[in-house]
Amino acid sequence: MNILEVKNLNMSYETLEGSVAAVKDVTFSLKEGESFGIVGESGCGKTSVAMSLLQLQADNGKITSGEIIFDGKDIVKLNEKELRDVRWSGISIVFQGAMNSWNPVVKIGEQIREAIREHYPDKTKEENTDKINELFNIVGLDSSIADRYPHELSGGMKQRAVIALALSCDPKLIIADEPTTALDVVIQDQILNEIRKVQDILGLSLIYISHDIAVIAEMTDNMAVMYAGRIVEKGPTKEVFENPRHSYTQSLLASTPSVVGDKIKLKSLDGEPPSLINEQIGCSFAPRCPNKNTSCNPNHNMELVEVASDHYVDICNAERSK
Amino acid sequence: MNNNLIEVSNLEKYFEISGGIFSRNKQVVKAVDGISFNIPYGSSLGLVGQSGCGKTTTARALSLLDPKTGGDVSFYNDETKSMQSIDELEGDELKKFRRNIQMIFQDPYESLNPRWNIKDIILEPLNIHNIGNLSDREEAVFEILKTVGLTPPENYMPRFPHELSGGQRQRVSIARTLIMKPKFVVCDEPTSMLDVSIRISIMDLMLNLAKDLEVSYLYITHDLAVARYMCDRIAVMFNGKIVEIAETEELLSNPIHPYTKRLISSIPIPDPSYNRTKYEIDFTELDQIISTNSGNADMVEVKDNHYVATHDVKGLL
Amino acid sequence: MKNQKDIAKDIRRKALKKNWTMFKQSKLGMLGLYIVLFFLFLSLLQPFLFITGIWNKGVYDPVVGYSEQFQEFLVVECPKEYPTEKYKDRGDCPAKLEVNVRTLFYSDAQVGETIIQNLQPAPPSAKHILGTDSLGRDVFSQVMEGSQVAFLLGLLSATLGVGISTLLGTIAAFFGGRVDAYLMRQSDLILMLPTLPLLFIISAFAELKVWHLAVVLGTIGGLGGSVITIKSQALQVKVKPFVDSARITGGSRMNILFSHVLPNVAPLALLFMVFSVTGAIASESVLSFLGLLNIDMSWGLMIYLAQVEGFIFSGMKFWWLILPAGLSVTFLAGGFYLVGRGLDEVFNPRLRQR
Repeated sequence: MNILEVKNLNMSYETLEGSVAAVKDVTFSLKEGESFGIVGESGCGKTSVAMSLLQLQADNGKITSGEIIFDGKDIVKLNEKELRDVRWSGISIVFQGAMNSWNPVVKIGEQIREAIREHYPDKTKEENTDKINELFNIVGLDSSIADRYPHELSGGMKQRAVIALALSCDPKLIIADEPTTALDVVIQDQILNEIRKVQDILGLSLIYISHDIAVIAEMTDNMAVMYAGRIVEKGPTKEVFENPRHSYTQSLLASTPSVVGDKIKLKSLDGEPPSLINEQIGCSFAPRCPNKNTSCNPNHNMELVEVASDHYVDICNAERSK
Repeated sequence: MNNNLIEVSNLEKYFEISGGIFSRNKQVVKAVDGISFNIPYGSSLGLVGQSGCGKTTTARALSLLDPKTGGDVSFYNDETKSMQSIDELEGDELKKFRRNIQMIFQDPYESLNPRWNIKDIILEPLNIHNIGNLSDREEAVFEILKTVGLTPPENYMPRFPHELSGGQRQRVSIARTLIMKPKFVVCDEPTSMLDVSIRISIMDLMLNLAKDLEVSYLYITHDLAVARYMCDRIAVMFNGKIVEIAETEELLSNPIHPYTKRLISSIPIPDPSYNRTKYEIDFTELDQIISTNSGNADMVEVKDNHYVATHDVKGLL
Repeated sequence: MKNQKDIAKDIRRKALKKNWTMFKQSKLGMLGLYIVLFFLFLSLLQPFLFITGIWNKGVYDPVVGYSEQFQEFLVVECPKEYPTEKYKDRGDCPAKLEVNVRTLFYSDAQVGETIIQNLQPAPPSAKHILGTDSLGRDVFSQVMEGSQVAFLLGLLSATLGVGISTLLGTIAAFFGGRVDAYLMRQSDLILMLPTLPLLFIISAFAELKVWHLAVVLGTIGGLGGSVITIKSQALQVKVKPFVDSARITGGSRMNILFSHVLPNVAPLALLFMVFSVTGAIASESVLSFLGLLNIDMSWGLMIYLAQVEGFIFSGMKFWWLILPAGLSVTFLAGGFYLVGRGLDEVFNPRLRQR
């Protein structure tokens, strides 16, 4: 059963310099209990996708077309009141840098209570306290943390508390947007383990967004690679890593240094990720593509085609042999 | 040459934090608590550690930005053909000495003066040290821009930093750093704020230039994978001290200190089929080394050029 | 291959254009700019009119000009008690074009006769679009003269003040220690002093002319609170990596101060400058209004004269003696403030709309 289906999502921002299409024709789906990764660099649109899922995009951002079907309902069509029901108790999110968005003058426990009260106003104080203790237990925090202020906690603790907050209204789907970027690698490892544990215990679905391809490799069942607002490759994580078909995916994998395995010379990509203001005709990756051959048509319309079971890649890469 | 370019001995940087005007308590923060290492000519050392371990403080002390509070730092003096402590340098001698050390910073957006154009930014070191005449200097800027891949140079020279991308700005920083042909460069995580797809091009550029110009460097990073790519040797820093130092491949295949082991085992691997073994902190190997350490040295040479620290970390891990 | 100098000029032009476009986005800033430009136009209009001879200096000079306005008046005798047939109450006698015989000191005209009197201050007419004051001087000309004074005073004191505060603030940030401590205490002291009473005291001891006032205002302003703000900006610049980079390279402290720190503090200083013009203009008008300034003509002086001669309390009867000057002060001071707000949005990206 698909808990989330995103179909042909298009989203753009209105800026002083014109309309910027941040998300172009994005389609993917998620089963219950599955974890799905979205990997890409800055400006590829992955955070915009995350914001769209909760209709939390900035004031000048708008979903111009497409459907987001969560649990059977198209949430693009919901009004503000109905959206509030979905947010947090249906889908919740751990933002980038979320640990810094705690209100510094309110205790952690109180802030979580606030969230619970919004969605379950009828619960008693004791029930909420029990809930918070349960949440803290799941993320590995001591229950005394509820009485502390954010500045008294370390970065890792704050981030665990953020995860507890995201779980507080029993969502079915959690979006994690670079939840461990500012953390040390040892703490990151612990947090990733917590997330995996939480997923197992509660049967949660997870969308994991990151620029770090190693984290995606370890945390996700299926994944999508985004470039300049589009998905250029998607499929089961293992399959994508073993048989990367898109030149961009191949480049990403070839430019990630690793501590295991032989020390190899890495390959880099020329150029820079494109600015989205100038509307790109044809293939947005063409300017940087290292695999251009005589049959490459840089003006081809980008679309995903299936090359193996559940493994999709942009059309020009599909035709090219590996 | 097999001589050492830099010898650091027991470097200390302590900060005093007073408890306020009315308090007599002065707490001392030992950001760098006695570290020692050598960097031979033309080689590189990676300094790896998590935030707060003291690596940036070390970088700033070594590049003479902030004065150290203890220990000794010596550079090889070409004229006297011997190691000379930096404490002996002052005034004009010190200024001349500064031509030998440079630093590349982490943030490409803050390391170039937003009101200067690229040409002036790269010219500045030449102006400060009065090298050649004006046309020689402009020629040098022109050439170095080509070397770092910003071509055609005349398109970049009149531009301002905000018109360049992060990767291009780092190239400008590298150009400015290398125009004086320094012997030693401190690199403070120069690629951590860049997009993944351009990191390698910057790192490769640095590797090639270091080889061509015979520059030694200290590469500071929290990412062991990057340190592996960039450095001949790696020192692992924890809580103000170096806990282990060895040649790169040796460190990664045979880590000995429990902190190093824990660090390595926490790194996610970009391969879904790889099974990372979870590391449980285990002091047995370290305890054995400490017990057989007859000389009571801080760092014990466990293997050829592979040192492990013997100070107590049990409470901290 | 394009000449480097040309490329540099191109880049500079593009940058200016970009800043200008951003400034244009700010409605407040543009409004302020129009106001300031209007008054600038007025300042330049007066000498233009004199030089080209359109205006006869003898008549229109704001200080020594004189315009004759003669009018016939009917001599009446105002009754002792009211109301009467003709007049409802005291204020109605003498009516327009009438004059009370008791106020005639230099004439032996009798009740019922008509005499010719000088009608000053004269209300606006075709000849004098804002009328004349009690000395027969053209009010519009006075407004324009006042505009020149306001600009000179404002810009002089602002430049002086900003020059001082930028230098001191940057020095405090850069050298720290005792220099910093001293400058901060000095700033605190100046901040504590109330400016206007201080000006009153100074004017009691020394005769203040316009440019004296400019220097005093500039110095007080420059040593005051803006030093602290500039210092904090300079501190932020001081710790940026590009300053570290210059230090590592071997740059001297002075070199770094002038070539790195100061240029990055300059935008903020410019902002202060625009805001302090507002204060300068307002201070001048207050001082003139209180008669403390030795000045030939200014807006404040116009209101001072109106008050001293009793015209302020006649309500709106002599509005042209009060409103033009008062509104000019408000609008020009406000105009500079709005320009400052507009500039703020250009320099401070966080304030910009998306």
